[in-house]
Amino acid sequence: MTRALRVLLLVSALGTLATSALGAQRPAPPDSGASVAAPRTSGDSALEARTSAVASELRCPVCQGLSIQDSPSELAQSMRSLARDQLAEGKSPDEVKAYFVSKYGEWILLAPKPHGINLLAYAVPVLIVLGGGAVILLAVRRWTRAVVAEDA
Amino acid sequence: MNWRRALIGAAFVVPVVGLFAFSMRFDPRDIPSPLPGTVAPTFALEVFAPGQPPLARPVGDTIRLADMRGQVVVLNFWASWCLACRDEHATLSAVARQYAGKEVHFVGSLYQDRTGPATEWITEMGGQSYPSVQDPKARVAIDYGLYGVPETYLIGRDGRIARKITGPADAAQVTHIVDSLLAIAPTAKTAAPVGGSQ
Repeated sequence: MTRALRVLLLVSALGTLATSALGAQRPAPPDSGASVAAPRTSGDSALEARTSAVASELRCPVCQGLSIQDSPSELAQSMRSLARDQLAEGKSPDEVKAYFVSKYGEWILLAPKPHGINLLAYAVPVLIVLGGGAVILLAVRRWTRAVVAEDA
Repeated sequence: MNWRRALIGAAFVVPVVGLFAFSMRFDPRDIPSPLPGTVAPTFALEVFAPGQPPLARPVGDTIRLADMRGQVVVLNFWASWCLACRDEHATLSAVARQYAGKEVHFVGSLYQDRTGPATEWITEMGGQSYPSVQDPKARVAIDYGLYGVPETYLIGRDGRIARKITGPADAAQVTHIVDSLLAIAPTAKTAAPVGGSQ
């Protein structure tokens, strides 16, 4: 019984660790409930959608882990309006992001670029999930073997 | 068996503790700016607070970075709602006055604020020796990678951002940097092309 409890605790602990690790690197969804996007008109809805997509990937400098799409702060709104204007001028989403990176550094990107040490942010959650799975598998196998041995 | 368990536990705990220890070395609020050393983004902003003679500029005048090429520029972002701006106000005003007649320009740029309260604030603080400009939609602030006020950018004769001061600037620091920048003679080779991006 205590063994079953231990396995259960291990599973829940690993699950929490994996979800928090994955959640930490995931950019905010483009259309979350906290969105403070400007009201849309039919004419510029496509531009608004592109702005929202870019803004969701840019970090608000004065917030804790919020994108400029989701932050109601004045700076975030000014940055969003600038991103919108740049897209309207014909810049590509990558060019808009590159502009903000040139001003604030790579820190401004909610999801780090997958190169160099940044790869850790992508690899570690996967490794944790795989490692956790292996530990669970081993623990469950050993546990079931022990129960079978007891029964015999 | 106990040793094995301890080792497995350590294999999980040590990397996590190590990661925390590593992250403790950094200030989470500290945002490294990629701008120092690069060409200062160009600006042309309208004066709303004239400053005082001999540094005064008429209200409505446009201050352009391009017009100050070959000279040192101290660009200070501030707001009337910013408490820390009160701490540096008298200091910057006095330092600017100290450099009157030299090849140094002090410019205040209003950030996320209205000119009415800002003008009242200047009066309440006993005046400002150098002019202040307004930055609609914070476009210039974003161009300088600003994330709060006060922030001060010191631009050299070559048109490059030499230093960025985050938080209230102190007299010794500003004087030291301005003096060092003044000591560097502008040459055609070191002069960067006017204007960064936008």
